[in-house]
Amino acid sequence: MTIVPVIKRDYICNLAKQGKRIDGRKFDEYRKIIIETNIVNKAEGSARVKIGNTQVLAGIKMDVGEPYSDTPESGVLTTAAELIPLASPTFESGPPQEDAIELARVVDRGVRESQVIELDKLCIVPKEKVWIIFLDIHILDYDGNLFDAASLSALAALMTSKIPIQRMKPILENLKEKFPNIEKYLNDHPEDYPLPLKEPPISCTSVKFDNFVVMDPSLDEEEIANARLTVATDTNGDIRAMQKGLNGSFTREEIQKVIKASLDNGREIRKQLSENTGY
Amino acid sequence: MQDEKRQIVFPSQILGDVKSNKAGKGTFIENGKIISERLGILNKNSEFLNVIPLKGRYEPVIGDFVIGIVEESLSAGWLVDINAPSPAFLHTEEVPWDVEFGDTDKYLNRGDTIMAKVLKIDELKKMQVTMKDRNLFKINNGDIIDVEPSKIPRIIGKQGSMISLIKKYIRCRIFVGKNGKIWVDAELDNIERVKKVIEKIENEAIKFGLTNRIEELLKKEVRNVQQ
Amino acid sequence: MKSDKVLIDDNGKRLDGRGFDELRNIKIEAGVLHRADGSCYLEWGGNKVLVAVYGPREAIPRHTQNSLRAIVNARYNMAAFSVEDRKRPGPDRRSKEISKVISEALEKIVLTEQFPRSSIDVNIEVLDAEAGTRCAGLTAAGVALADAGIPMKDIPVACAAGKIAGKVVLDLGKEEDNFGDADLPIAISPRTNEILLLQMDGHLTVDEFNQALDYAINGCHKVSEIQKKAILDKYQIKKEE
Repeated sequence: MTIVPVIKRDYICNLAKQGKRIDGRKFDEYRKIIIETNIVNKAEGSARVKIGNTQVLAGIKMDVGEPYSDTPESGVLTTAAELIPLASPTFESGPPQEDAIELARVVDRGVRESQVIELDKLCIVPKEKVWIIFLDIHILDYDGNLFDAASLSALAALMTSKIPIQRMKPILENLKEKFPNIEKYLNDHPEDYPLPLKEPPISCTSVKFDNFVVMDPSLDEEEIANARLTVATDTNGDIRAMQKGLNGSFTREEIQKVIKASLDNGREIRKQLSENTGY
Repeated sequence: MQDEKRQIVFPSQILGDVKSNKAGKGTFIENGKIISERLGILNKNSEFLNVIPLKGRYEPVIGDFVIGIVEESLSAGWLVDINAPSPAFLHTEEVPWDVEFGDTDKYLNRGDTIMAKVLKIDELKKMQVTMKDRNLFKINNGDIIDVEPSKIPRIIGKQGSMISLIKKYIRCRIFVGKNGKIWVDAELDNIERVKKVIEKIENEAIKFGLTNRIEELLKKEVRNVQQ
Repeated sequence: MKSDKVLIDDNGKRLDGRGFDELRNIKIEAGVLHRADGSCYLEWGGNKVLVAVYGPREAIPRHTQNSLRAIVNARYNMAAFSVEDRKRPGPDRRSKEISKVISEALEKIVLTEQFPRSSIDVNIEVLDAEAGTRCAGLTAAGVALADAGIPMKDIPVACAAGKIAGKVVLDLGKEEDNFGDADLPIAISPRTNEILLLQMDGHLTVDEFNQALDYAINGCHKVSEIQKKAILDKYQIKKEE
């Protein structure tokens, strides 16, 4: 069932007092991470990430559409996350609840604010037609730390995505009448080509229970946690995004430690991401 | 090392004939044939053909000792999750304390773990449990291990032999709930050791020669401590 | 939508080279998810489906409980990225209808009287779609239910037949579904050939219908073998080296 027994909470805390975690990991150690790409044929890009038993599938679909009025020559990114009932006995079907919305927004910000996607290179006809990128995150198996698994699968999917010139050709050809410049665009881009991206930041999540802070929380640890901190870091060792969740608090020292551990783990994960995507 | 395994059967598999056998647990009869209704292990007990499920909920039996987690406190008692298809009810009259109507949350709350016994099951499979039995109490220490209820007999062993074997090598208190929950109370390191042993029993429950392998593992664990 | 698409060539082969009574490639794996009580991952041609079963568990909200038996809730959903044009997340009318016919098929085959007041929740996610997703979904659901230890009279299995270019064929592929004359997905209990699900759209004579039904039932039996093998593969212990 889904209630965390009180004695389990005590057990996890007692282990932590001895510097241990239930699965034997160190406080700043990640579970095994597996990244697989090109999972879904219909998608322009896709990736499945497993962190321990947590499994997330991200899919990228692209379409031709109108830009936002305040960025008339930029592509558009839209992120959605689904906590589908498949993934956990506690997820309900229906419109997204606040957890799903927070997850989608954090992943979206991680991608958007870091300008991972060079949106200004996704213009087809200024002010009229740009590429719209739909990033959809599907949680498949929930065993703790959805934030990192979702972010990582989003990045891996983006890094292996191709702009679907072939599939969209009929639509683009039809638009030539109204927008003759599309002719030039199609000449410049005759085939599917990789999404223009920059070096991505990697996000690392920690939680706090009692007075212990652990990274990559398992389900049990997440369920007894009262505070959560996600830190995204880039190749230069700079911080690109942060999000604190739940209603507990962190001390300044704890935050510094989390930043350091996020930098160290971020570096390792970035290496693995690069190897798996060939980017 | 022996590596034979018991036979796995799936729903709709024909196990035998009513002429030569009797339909046991996990089977049904159609056109004179005894058919499995679940994925499980075929078990022959005199002429009875039974299917022991590999996975599933606990199917309550009156008198079984179980470990439950309190879901909700109501005015006349509590709803307790015992890993059955629905929660069981624990009446205020069935606990070792003197509980006034409406005062239930002073004694047991959501998340509390209790040892209990299955008291009643009605025709609609509504269950009641009781804590009125010596040695049943609210659990405050240690940890609970979750296993498939169908593997509990293997973990207990013939006349408790497997549990005795574990207690011989590792200092601990163990209470095995028939509903697939096992309470272990010991030093933290020993709780880890017991978990490891029980995991091995669960994974290898359907193989023969298990007792020897478990004893080997226990001896190794003890050697590790002594080093 | 008709077009000049040639669905059957001069050698009697279909677009992907299959004969009239050939199935697409099917791969089934049982027990792939950690949280679910039972699960199954299935690939059928270009379809990729993941099913998770939870239950039997208390049916919530309480007013949905049936005091005599369990209710079976199948939820069929297509991921936004599973189709050519991105689909808005959330159930649309088509998904709700498919969920309903699958729930009804499963209710017939699961021994629900054993679990009064409970629900058995079957979550079918289509991750990659290519014609025949409801058959893929129900077939995977059968395996996931067995994997969860749910008692059933049989392992339900589904398969579709149809008509293309005037000929009855088994297991329509994508273009055949779009440009063909009829589509007949069915689900059966393979032990008894009882039909649990049946839908037809298109145009068939009574003879053609009977022929298509035979094809589909035979197809179901072939798929049933693959289901059973997947279940046994998961739980037979591998010989230790």
